Amino acid sequence: MSERTERDSQSSVPRDEFAGRTEGRMPGDGPVAPAHRPRDAEVPDSTEDLRQASLWSDAWRQLRRNKLFIVAATLLLVLTVMAAFPQLFTSIDPRERGVCQLANSRQGPGTNGAWFGYDIFGCDYYSTVVYGARVSMIIGLVVVGGAMVIGVFLGALAGFFGGWFDNLVARLTDIVYGLPLILGAILLLNLLAADRFFGERNLATVSTALILLSWMTFMRLFRSSVISIKDTDYVSAARAMGATNSRIILKHIVPNALAPVLVYGTIAVGGIIAAEATLSFLGIGLQQPAISWGLQINSAQNFIRSSPHLLFFPSIFLSVTVLSFILLGDALRDALDPKLR
Amino acid sequence: MARYIARRLLLAIPVLIGASFLIFAMVFALPGDPIRALSGDRPLSPSVQAQLRADYNLDDPLPIQYAKYVGNLLQGDLGTDFSGRPVSDIIKQSLPVTVKLALTALVFEAVFGLVAGILAGIRRKSFFDSLVLVSTTLIVSIPVFVLGFLAQYFLGLRLGLFPIAGLTEGFRSYLLPGFVLAALSLAYIARLTRTSLVENLRNDYVRTAKAKGLTPLSIVGKHTLRNSLIPVVTFLGVDLGVLLSGAIVTEGIFNLPGLGRAVFNAVNSQEGSVVVGIVTLFVFVYIFFNLLVDVLYAALDPRIRYE
Repeated sequence: MSERTERDSQSSVPRDEFAGRTEGRMPGDGPVAPAHRPRDAEVPDSTEDLRQASLWSDAWRQLRRNKLFIVAATLLLVLTVMAAFPQLFTSIDPRERGVCQLANSRQGPGTNGAWFGYDIFGCDYYSTVVYGARVSMIIGLVVVGGAMVIGVFLGALAGFFGGWFDNLVARLTDIVYGLPLILGAILLLNLLAADRFFGERNLATVSTALILLSWMTFMRLFRSSVISIKDTDYVSAARAMGATNSRIILKHIVPNALAPVLVYGTIAVGGIIAAEATLSFLGIGLQQPAISWGLQINSAQNFIRSSPHLLFFPSIFLSVTVLSFILLGDALRDALDPKLR
Repeated sequence: MARYIARRLLLAIPVLIGASFLIFAMVFALPGDPIRALSGDRPLSPSVQAQLRADYNLDDPLPIQYAKYVGNLLQGDLGTDFSGRPVSDIIKQSLPVTVKLALTALVFEAVFGLVAGILAGIRRKSFFDSLVLVSTTLIVSIPVFVLGFLAQYFLGLRLGLFPIAGLTEGFRSYLLPGFVLAALSLAYIARLTRTSLVENLRNDYVRTAKAKGLTPLSIVGKHTLRNSLIPVVTFLGVDLGVLLSGAIVTEGIFNLPGLGRAVFNAVNSQEGSVVVGIVTLFVFVYIFFNLLVDVLYAALDPRIRYE
């Protein structure tokens, strides 16, 4: 191992020089490039495909044997369908007029055949909780997707090129890390709500605030993967064959550095869903009449003594959703990186 | 060592300035006119409004406002809120509550997290090990505010074991919120300790110690634990930020008059100077503890040397 790092550090200087030359030569190299491309694309790509196929098919084989993965995947499938088509789970749409009867306000589970009872406005609580899945799933996936794109982009550039850009991104990361997530989100949401483009606190504002505060770990993870990969032999081989920096990053480094980011991302979806619920609970996330588990728990807090069911049902749905993503992430990590087990 | 600390302190300065400017910019770009909000239904006369604006530097452009703020800060003046109360007073009053809460949480984390992690690590694949794995996963999936309400309902209301809100019962008032605040990190610490202990128990020096005839207790106590605690100490440094963030939620649920609640109220009433003061304090504490953790590395692991 030490021998290898030594060799790599020795060769890094001439290689960088070489990278600069290939980059400079690229535009004028029209006739050569097509002749090179098939071979260049064929050799490393086919080995990479083989490698990838075996990595992912290995992972898949291991995942299928993992009972926790089956449980988590099933739960997430149900929750995704619930988010996309809540009508399949309940015939009552709580957003319609006239569905809620104030006379039923805070009736306990079992009244009039309502499984989960009724909420403060006398709406059927089961259907309200089912409709809450949509917001959580959308925010969780959108925020992690956005944060992953920012993190991978900055991490790839910082890790591949190093230098002042790396330093700048590292300081920026430190600064944003210093702000506690919920506190930063409170400030940002107040700010974004005043913006003409966002206007009010809705899905877009909450997602934007959370993306801006959660990209750092993706960036750090991806940056360190890129640094460990950029000195491998297949990257040197690609470079020797005249591949440009952008081609090396997109075709060789990103696909091979993605696994840890995907694992962390899966677990992070759970954390983001919890963060959205926390913000809505604090009254600074989504606003009524949006349907969100955080809002439901918020309005339940004054009735803990008399109507604890208002607290329990959204809490259970919220925790099970977060749990499913964490279990899925754990299973993915075990399958993709046996060293981490 | 001294040079390393000096370099880290120098590196912390731009981070601290960047973070406080970011907070400052976000707070003073907040919607609404705080002076108008202050005066309520009966508008103040224009001259009074102008006087107030001048007093709080509201007419200056942002960088100048910030420079004036930092200038005052360096002289120990954090400014006042809009009713004239010094921000340092607010911090003095609410800081002890948050510190006690965070310390209670840290004690819970260290005691329960470490013990659970060590026992699970020693008896790997036993019933206790599985119990720790399952319960930590469950705890991690329950958001802090949900856990707070569940603890309030079951331990406070149903069983009547703990006071559920306020500070009326002294030390006992901190137990439930402290536990709720600690829960998430407690689970992480238990897992981290377990994993790192299991890894270290595979090392050659453990076999040597066993061959020398040491008891399992002294192998773990004298040799393995010291090595296993390094990642746990790192985690505790990062964790402090999580504790401060969690304090906003926990103090709200359990009605504790700490920094978290003060900053939350200040954001809602647009008391810019209070928000900036408290959040800058949070960031400072976070950076300081991370530095402390890095220095502690050397004490725990003699292999790590700073040039």
